[in-house]
Amino acid sequence: MPGNRFNGFTDYGIGIGLRAPHYEHILSRKPVVDWFEIISENFMIDGGRPLHILDQILGQYKVVQHGVSMYFGSADKPDREHLRRLKELVKRTNTPWLSDHLCWGSVDGRYTHDLLPMPYTFEAARVTAQKVREVRDFLEIPIAVENVSSYAEFHVSEMTEWEFLNEVVEQADCGILLDVNNIYVSSQNHKFDPFTYVNSVPAERVAQIHIAGHSKFKKYILDTHDHPVLDPVWKLYERAIQRAGHTATLLEWDDSIPSFQEVHREALKANRFLAGRSLAVAV
Amino acid sequence: MKLLALQRAVARAVMQPLTPSERMQRKAPGGGRMSAYAARFIKPNDCLTSFERLEIYNRQYWFRVLGSMAEDFPGLRAVLGGQRFEFMCKAYLTDCPSRSFTLRNLGSHLETWLRQNPSWIRDRRVLALDMVRLEWADIEAFDGQAKPPLRAEDLSKIEVANLQLTIQPYVQLLELHYPVDDLLLEVKHGDDTSDFGSNAVQERRKRSKVRAVAKLEPAQIFLAVHRLDFSVYFRRIEPEEFALLKALRSGKTVERAIELAFRKSSVPLADRAAFVQHSFQTWAALGWFCRREEKMRDVKARENRA
Repeated sequence: MPGNRFNGFTDYGIGIGLRAPHYEHILSRKPVVDWFEIISENFMIDGGRPLHILDQILGQYKVVQHGVSMYFGSADKPDREHLRRLKELVKRTNTPWLSDHLCWGSVDGRYTHDLLPMPYTFEAARVTAQKVREVRDFLEIPIAVENVSSYAEFHVSEMTEWEFLNEVVEQADCGILLDVNNIYVSSQNHKFDPFTYVNSVPAERVAQIHIAGHSKFKKYILDTHDHPVLDPVWKLYERAIQRAGHTATLLEWDDSIPSFQEVHREALKANRFLAGRSLAVAV
Repeated sequence: MKLLALQRAVARAVMQPLTPSERMQRKAPGGGRMSAYAARFIKPNDCLTSFERLEIYNRQYWFRVLGSMAEDFPGLRAVLGGQRFEFMCKAYLTDCPSRSFTLRNLGSHLETWLRQNPSWIRDRRVLALDMVRLEWADIEAFDGQAKPPLRAEDLSKIEVANLQLTIQPYVQLLELHYPVDDLLLEVKHGDDTSDFGSNAVQERRKRSKVRAVAKLEPAQIFLAVHRLDFSVYFRRIEPEEFALLKALRSGKTVERAIELAFRKSSVPLADRAAFVQHSFQTWAALGWFCRREEKMRDVKARENRA
């Protein structure tokens, strides 16, 4: 799907997350990179070095915003100050779409700063979709929601995670940031077939794909973003690309960050699957 | 269970402090067993009980917020010692959990909270409060707002008799009782080079920090925490400069601010003009003056005069 209404009809290739240890390399060497993803919250500030760096990056690269604290699934109303600052940043970056997680993390104005899993209920889907719509209407750009890794499931759930995702995106009429690493992590923690998940997602709504590494512990898998992408995740990615076509792809590497070249090399492995996939083949 | 009720129940458990061995407490918020509390809303699976699944989030929460505090307040950590700092942070975050979408603001209430809970800093109260103020000023100066700088032509529009100058929002002015600027720089320098340290080197650095804190003598200092070329600097200033800048920031005219600055000054009368001139030149060169936002009534008044 070279471009759709959920990613602003763009045709982005393979990007990597913009991280502080790489600033110097990027600004001095100017490597060829299709695009960078920034964590919005790191730049929702009044001034100083982070915005100065961002402006230099914006002068040379395409940038897409990805958030970590909108908490579409929180029962709380959207934080007006958060939205105001986010809109300022959107104007600065000209991001063609904006993503954040399908999760919750704050309640009664208190923030956990974590991506907590949703109860998969119809009430939660309705509340979440309403919030996605409100945020999109305020920001006036396409929104994509990202599936998260989870370590817990709730008794009250009335559907599977992918059914919940579909329910939200249909009600909100928004896009999906499909994180195939998160699907894999959750599938291992909750014992479901990750391909069933990937095959159930409405391919025409996929605006972007995330790939990343994870860590295995004795009793569960943790989404740590501190390793290269593992084979089972590449297999899911391959399947996602078969369904969604050539889709903007982003490698996340947030901890134990190696050199820029190593991160970029890892991201470019996605080309093995993207080559020749310019059209969506929904299967 | 409704969405809001469920989220409140989960958040109470997730934000409840860990045990000393960094595990989830056996006692649930409000009493009762945590295992029963968790089982009420979380499914177990073949590998993990409801308690264990909830514990993953409980631990992640505390590791994240404590890590953020340690990153933002390394100076206070050096003053209090690692263990007391951690206990203090747990108490602070229990009383003042984050109410902002960004972790940047996690320590915004720490100074006020410490003044209300002085037992955490009882034998080093003044030093600890000085350090917290400096570290928060450091954060504010790093990413605070920079307004358009004042230009010569902006001055020409202002009546000299009522000349007011605005200080850049990112410039932080502090009156302190200890030279904590030196201490913080020493602590940060040690941390910056810690990535190649062996255990012995780390231990030596820790002892060096303890010695630096122990030998610190009280001395009143005045600081402007500001940034230049996007780096934060701690600039020591004279008491008269501090008073002048404070007066300007509070909206006093330049004339009145100068009067106030020298009220209790030991600077000889004959030297004051040169002192003021030098100070203003320095601040202008550092970019500390910015254009004043005109209030609507000022705009109207000027238009009427025209």
